[in-house]
Amino acid sequence: SVSPGDTSVLAGLYGPAEAKVSKELPDRAALEVLLRPKVGLPGVLERSREQLLRQTCEAVVLGVLHPRTAISLVLQVLSDAGSLLSCCLNAACMALLDAGLPLAALFCGVTCALQPDGTILLDPTARQEQEARAILTFAIASSERKVLMATTKGSCSVEEMQQCLAAAQRAATTIFQFYRDSVRRRYSKS
Amino acid sequence: LPICSRTVEPLEYYRRFLKENCRPDGRELGEFRTTTVNIGKCLCSITTADGSALVKLGNTTVICGVKAELAAPAVDSANKGYIVPNVELPSLCAERFRSGPPGVEAQAASQFIADVIENSQMIVKEDLCIANGKLAWVVYCDIICLDYDGNLLDASVFALLAALKNVQLPLVTINEETGLSEVNLKQKNPLMIRKHPVATSFAIFDDTLLIVDPTAEEEDLATGTVTIVTDEEGRLCSVHKPGGSPLTGAKLQDCITRAITRHKEVKKLIDKVIKSITPK
Repeated sequence: SVSPGDTSVLAGLYGPAEAKVSKELPDRAALEVLLRPKVGLPGVLERSREQLLRQTCEAVVLGVLHPRTAISLVLQVLSDAGSLLSCCLNAACMALLDAGLPLAALFCGVTCALQPDGTILLDPTARQEQEARAILTFAIASSERKVLMATTKGSCSVEEMQQCLAAAQRAATTIFQFYRDSVRRRYSKS
Repeated sequence: LPICSRTVEPLEYYRRFLKENCRPDGRELGEFRTTTVNIGKCLCSITTADGSALVKLGNTTVICGVKAELAAPAVDSANKGYIVPNVELPSLCAERFRSGPPGVEAQAASQFIADVIENSQMIVKEDLCIANGKLAWVVYCDIICLDYDGNLLDASVFALLAALKNVQLPLVTINEETGLSEVNLKQKNPLMIRKHPVATSFAIFDDTLLIVDPTAEEEDLATGTVTIVTDEEGRLCSVHKPGGSPLTGAKLQDCITRAITRHKEVKKLIDKVIKSITPK
């Protein structure tokens, strides 16, 4: 469970387990992501976010080590106070870490809000997101801080996007340090 | 040379071509397929729609029909109309799509189109309002893929833009005395399209190579995709990279530059076609 501020997402990972014959892939693990919103039934927005999360996880999980299996990642939104997608990304990565799945790299989610006056705000609250001109969410990989996933809401200029990307890459270092600390705490003797 | 079969080892077959900087269908890595667009009742043959367009990107064929209806605006946004896009991938367009409720690809594509309309502000919802709190237009945009050969998003955005430019809405007034709406079918006005977003999709191969406008075969072999939507001012309406191989900021910048060039080509094509169908 990851909670930056008041946004809270619970992630559960099951796998690698036996896959249904219709879903299994002959050479790699079949990854499935289910995103359940806090209220209501999952709709088109959740499906689109599930696709983003699934393809991001598929890029880092070494699925070829577990062919014909299924890995299910279930994310439940407990509360939403802004930056939901990056919270889901962080929860997904920590769940993958906790399950001990073989990964090619770690990833973290960072949301940048571009305010009307041009300043860049990281991890915006719901209020700041509404006032922002554009919101960019990036998934940054731990190897060389490359971009694994990018989505934007609202329009921005190319330079602004590059600035947000640079800010997100810098912030990624802090998040990876947080992963390290969490895992260390979990496995320490006390 | 060892024999490499297209069906048995498709990736090796492709790598041979990519080494020579070209693709099996003869295109360069940065070259688009032939794009054709048919707009309007005569050429596109949807006579019942308010606006329609048929776009062919190589073999990928996408048709967009726009219908407008009247409805009461929502209580919390009394001065806004509605735009409802829907992308359908019927089972006739490709083997992988089964009949039944919309699959993940169709839903993700619908969400993408809705985001593009919202982000680019190509139609401002306030323009669709006729009378505050009483009457507004609901614009239904149905995008149906007739033949799927890769690069659905580019073709869909293009078809949507062309169809919306073709829409002619009748003038609607509210009679002061009776309070009822009167539709004047004789007087038609085009929709106010403020921005013209154009999508450009790339497929990522082996974590390094970027190829533009992938076919269905190339999409299956690719390790990731990127779609960039730009408008005429060179602003980014959407950077859609759903997972896949990681990219550096510089490679993303290359994609954006190519997308801006593509925007100019597409805009020229749309303007030419619209001019040819407008009665003088």
